[in-house]
Amino acid sequence: MQSLNLNLINEILKKYPQKKEYLINALHELQNSHPHKYIDDTIMDACCNHFKLTKSQVYGVVTYYTMFNTKPQGLNVIYVCNSPICSNMGSENIYDFLKQKLKINNDNISIDGKFSLQKVECLGRCGKAPSIMINRDIFTGMTIEKIEEIISKY
Amino acid sequence: MMKSFPLISLARSGKVNPKSIDDYIKTGGFEAIKKLSTLSPETVLDDIEKSGLRGRGGAGFPTGLKQRFTSSSCLSCEKRFVVCNADEGEPGTFKDRMIMETDPFLLIEGMIIAAFAIKATNAYIYIRGEYYTSIENLENGIKQCYDRGFLGKNILNTGLNLEMELFKGAGSYLCGEELTLLESLEGKRGYPRIKPPFPAEKGLWGYPTLVNNVETFSHLPFIVTHGYKEYAKIGTTESKGTKLFCVSGNVNKTGVFELPLGITLRELIFDICGGMKNGFEYKGALLGGAAGTFADKSIIDIPLSYEALKKEGLTLGSGAVIVVDDKTDLKKMMKSILHFFKHESCGKCVPCRIGTKLLLDEISKQNPAKIDMNFLSQESEYMAKTSLCPLGQSPVLPIKSYIRFFKNFQ
Repeated sequence: MQSLNLNLINEILKKYPQKKEYLINALHELQNSHPHKYIDDTIMDACCNHFKLTKSQVYGVVTYYTMFNTKPQGLNVIYVCNSPICSNMGSENIYDFLKQKLKINNDNISIDGKFSLQKVECLGRCGKAPSIMINRDIFTGMTIEKIEEIISKY
Repeated sequence: MMKSFPLISLARSGKVNPKSIDDYIKTGGFEAIKKLSTLSPETVLDDIEKSGLRGRGGAGFPTGLKQRFTSSSCLSCEKRFVVCNADEGEPGTFKDRMIMETDPFLLIEGMIIAAFAIKATNAYIYIRGEYYTSIENLENGIKQCYDRGFLGKNILNTGLNLEMELFKGAGSYLCGEELTLLESLEGKRGYPRIKPPFPAEKGLWGYPTLVNNVETFSHLPFIVTHGYKEYAKIGTTESKGTKLFCVSGNVNKTGVFELPLGITLRELIFDICGGMKNGFEYKGALLGGAAGTFADKSIIDIPLSYEALKKEGLTLGSGAVIVVDDKTDLKKMMKSILHFFKHESCGKCVPCRIGTKLLLDEISKQNPAKIDMNFLSQESEYMAKTSLCPLGQSPVLPIKSYIRFFKNFQ
């Protein structure tokens, strides 16, 4: 499994003042730079050093926030909105369809490692529900047909 | 027929390039900041108070009063902060995103005015981590403002020094609550603090802090530029100004609409949104999002103002209007709401941690006849009385209003 090079981690951390309040901003950038889009032990240790925090403090933050992954993700991460509005407009069908179509395993990753699938609470696109996000791209008014076409492009 | 009114939050929306400070200035942007050099913080505070502006985040607390508390507490403190709550996460709400994606400079200008009024030294925007376009726009906006002297030392000779920074959230609904937001901004787990003390007394790192919503800040430039009298002409006696309504569900036109407070639910749904989609009949609405209240069609003529809704025991909340139709599966909707609360409960206090699970278990019963409405009602009341923060105090709102209008799930 590929991980993030320690030099690169420190290069990124250098941009952030050594104050605790920059931890979350830094974690975002570090996770995003990781080939498997998650916060591994090396990253956490480097954060402890840089921000002068204990491992439990960093681990506490990483595990509290749902946007931070503690397990490796697929090449592309699909977020299906699970809020009351999207769910009312059929987001569960979209989720079930994707789970079957992409052959998602118990770690929420497709067998080929190309996709991981997550449910999220409210993407703020309620006017055109149901919505999904793939990496950073938002797609609204989803139907099974549309989603099939969209994922074929990834 | 609705009286004509000026657009405040969305005046430039879609008409200017949100990345260009020149576009903003050409369309009257930063006029308010220029005016500040002729005004004292006290006058600005007075004007905002007299405008009648109330917080647009959900609680509807008078903005001027909140600013006054913050400006007058701990006079010996060296620092004072303005924090923008851009952690929009209430299901059904997407208005702040609209402002930040289409007119980010308006938010920055509003925050500069607030900082001037309360004599703040630093301003922070705490934004949802998932709002990538908004983050990009604001990062670019803050940088351009520094380059042009709208941020930094002695802004346009007003004597105000202000540093502004952007901090990202990471997917926690609870961090939209002001004290929890401050915990998160300090780089910690998003656990709520006990109040009092309120942020006005002891906020970020223990200093007096003003926390307002994006939409609230977006109203300040108008009040300073055009005067509080112009602003107070819009809306009702107790609810001044315009409000962004986020309409979702099976209506013909969904989206964010800026309208004067006091417009009726019927006008909003049937005139502005073009009525229900073919084949759907209006049954009611969930006002204010998951932490909001249900209303059925018997009160469709209610004015959407803080006072009229309060009288009915309802809430305007963040301005979310989730339309419920005759084909909506209400049990599924309520289950989804209660699942949301269980998922977002931080687990710090017992009533909320256990309570949200009990509520979800009850609603998840297969047979709707077996769902004990009394249990849901009582349990959510216990939670409202004993939970530490607004999350645990919220499930009672949709549950009680649901029971009042729709009785049960059969």
